[in-house]
Amino acid sequence: MSSDKSAEKYLNLKTKAKEKMESLNEKTVVMVGAATCGKAAGVIDTREALKDEIEKKGIDAQVVEVGCMGFCYAEPIVVISKPGFPSLCYGSVDEGLAVRLVEDYLVNDDPCFEYALVALEPNDYFPVFTDFPRGVYEKKIILEQCGFIDPEDIDHYLAEDGYEALAKTFEIQPEEVIESIKESKLRGRGGAGFPAGIKWDVCSKAQDDSKYVICNADEGDPGAFMDRSILESNPHQVIEGLIISAYAVGASKGYIYVRSEYPQAVRRVETALEQAREKGLLGDSILETDFSFDIEIFEGSGAFVCGEETALINSMEGIMGVPEHRPPFPASYGFRGKPTLINNVKTLSYVPHIIRKGVEWFKSIGTSDSPGTAVFALVGKVEYTGLVEVPMGTSLRNLIYDVGGGVPDEKDFKAVQIGGPSGGCLPESALDIPIDFDSLHEAGAIMGSGGLVVLNEDDCMVEIARYFLDFTQKESCGKCTFCRLGTKHMLDMLGEITRGEGELNHLDTLRELGEDIKKGSLCGLGKTAPNPVLTTLRYFKDEYEAHIKEKRCPALMCMHLLGFYIIPERCSKFCSACVGSCPTEAIYTRDDQLKAIDQEKCVKCNSCLFACPPEFYAVEKLSPAELVEEREREQG
Amino acid sequence: MLRRNIDVFEECKNKALLKFVIMLGELNCVKEMFLLELLEGEKEFILEQVSEILKNNRTERENLVPLLQKVQGVLGYLPEPAIEKIAKTIDIPAVDVFGLATFYNQLRLNPPGKYQIKVCMGTACHMIGGQIILESFERRLDIVEGETTPDRKCSLERVACVGCCAIAPVVVVNEFIEGSLTPTRVDGILLQFDGDDQEEEAGEQEQEQESEGGQDS
Repeated sequence: MSSDKSAEKYLNLKTKAKEKMESLNEKTVVMVGAATCGKAAGVIDTREALKDEIEKKGIDAQVVEVGCMGFCYAEPIVVISKPGFPSLCYGSVDEGLAVRLVEDYLVNDDPCFEYALVALEPNDYFPVFTDFPRGVYEKKIILEQCGFIDPEDIDHYLAEDGYEALAKTFEIQPEEVIESIKESKLRGRGGAGFPAGIKWDVCSKAQDDSKYVICNADEGDPGAFMDRSILESNPHQVIEGLIISAYAVGASKGYIYVRSEYPQAVRRVETALEQAREKGLLGDSILETDFSFDIEIFEGSGAFVCGEETALINSMEGIMGVPEHRPPFPASYGFRGKPTLINNVKTLSYVPHIIRKGVEWFKSIGTSDSPGTAVFALVGKVEYTGLVEVPMGTSLRNLIYDVGGGVPDEKDFKAVQIGGPSGGCLPESALDIPIDFDSLHEAGAIMGSGGLVVLNEDDCMVEIARYFLDFTQKESCGKCTFCRLGTKHMLDMLGEITRGEGELNHLDTLRELGEDIKKGSLCGLGKTAPNPVLTTLRYFKDEYEAHIKEKRCPALMCMHLLGFYIIPERCSKFCSACVGSCPTEAIYTRDDQLKAIDQEKCVKCNSCLFACPPEFYAVEKLSPAELVEEREREQG
Repeated sequence: MLRRNIDVFEECKNKALLKFVIMLGELNCVKEMFLLELLEGEKEFILEQVSEILKNNRTERENLVPLLQKVQGVLGYLPEPAIEKIAKTIDIPAVDVFGLATFYNQLRLNPPGKYQIKVCMGTACHMIGGQIILESFERRLDIVEGETTPDRKCSLERVACVGCCAIAPVVVVNEFIEGSLTPTRVDGILLQFDGDDQEEEAGEQEQEQESEGGQDS
């Protein structure tokens, strides 16, 4: 009978939330995207300008702070919903545009279409998401509400059918919940793609008086930020997923392990937990059932290796976050020695959707072995950077050229780096690979945490490999010898190559050592650390050879192999932009008033290259560095 | 194959041994890792604050990381007396606390500057020249990353991605994020600090004058 009561209680909450939202929607609502990325782009100034102007004009409109919509290239973003007009999304709204929008649109009914990005609902005036190539390929599930609901107000989430899955869950037995997750073939989105249902099953079958569930939000991959974005934009989705998982395995205590580098995510999750408790969705006897469960936040202290389950547990127990042997798996012996279920933010975010919309619906998206969608942080040399969510099985080409808009500035595409420090670099020829856990693995990369960096002709593959290895080497906890010493040794060799001191036999050693590190390491960090080096060696061997044989960096990126040179024919005598820009005063004016660079003093900082006005374009990068001397000699 | 692996291993081992020796040397003078000397009366202040935190929180091993975070939250870093005090209260060797403090990137042993400069070294920032920005700061401030200027005005550190990849390269000064940096802008940021300081001083002087004026009347 208790399930009837919980359904009734939920309906009650939802109706109230809907009423509140309806009364809100009668007025004009201005939503500003205020996640960390928006704030960096200056959304605070925009918001203040909007508020001031609205107050000055005496308009009845509300300014709401929302999360991230995923259009990072167009931050700060503002969405205006005015009754009688379709909701319109505006990009790059600075203070000036904010004032203009208030004056022209809110007061005078001119929606300023020239500044609008997209309309949110179909209408006769302006294109919607699905009219753009990006909208055709994108299929948003867990990012759907991000940026369109107020993360600090639970009613926004409730009105959008939030927590309905939770109410539904209480109507069925825990075993049935696990059965649906198993049947949906949901795979862990933390990187490795382990089937979530099996993990849940193991944990639920473990016999113990207390169990724990943990949401892993220790997103350490430099270049991935979707976990942060989800927590900042829609924390309730994760909380709901975590409660459902706790009900399924029979846990009474949950933790959200979030990086302390994400202060805003921590704050918003705290607020969300507080509000869920107030509404009776968390705490003692949730929705008046006999199921009690509470969630606490644990702030991680910044160690990449803590993303590994066993290391994460260690760090929560107050010791160094060092991984342990598995088995025993945390699902049977974890936090405080109790069965512990650990799932990634994204994995948990899918759970409410699967329960609410059904297993068949979930399986209809994506491929048969990897159903659902993939979320990527699309960054680097691509037109439309941001967070994208595409069905599994979409090709990389579609993702980069249609969703991402291709490589800007008419440069050539070179490679795409998938999966951060654990992933690999794939060349043009691999672009038709469908995105799913298994195909990417075959190509040498991994799905990983979802960082996707597009590289163009100006990016040096050796330097990229060195950068990622430098990261993993610093983050290696030091437990396994192969990882601790092997990565260091590989890094030294790569350093020598980028400085032009490499030898050809280094390449074989790198490959062998890489394979050995993979075999000799305990956790995911060591097992995947050599991937960036191995894939670049596989696909871009010629670049390594150019560095070693010719001391030349084909992409003009490795500083030690570079020289800067001012072309006298192009240099204007009357401009001193480069002289002023040089931080080390290496640029001097010659007797004939032309500028030249003192190679001894030059720190190769690129400043003069940017400072030189485009009409002269006189600064040139040369590799190998000896070329500069040669040119100077030719000039006499 | 095996022979080669052994060679590589030997080479690794030699390098590791060397590193270990250097490390031992470092450990012998752990005190040298606390680079800046405590100011007068600072030790008492630190102990007072730490006792306050220890009084209000669970003092068990499991709570050690949150405790360290709280102490750092108040003091800005983990000074030596604080670490010793915490270790004593929880009843574990100080080296365990010290181990944690050096394992986690967030915890620091040196006081942050008045202006904390964090240069993002995420993938996108690196590709677009984050290293150059870091080097510019190092050159201008005459310190290397992880250090604080002797006058405790600026501290410089590298962070792994603040999640603003679209406006790379990014630097975070205190809580304020600035994107699309160039080496020239680095000079601008540092100049701005001087400007802010002068303004502050002027403001303080004004206040003093006002309060003096108030006393006079």
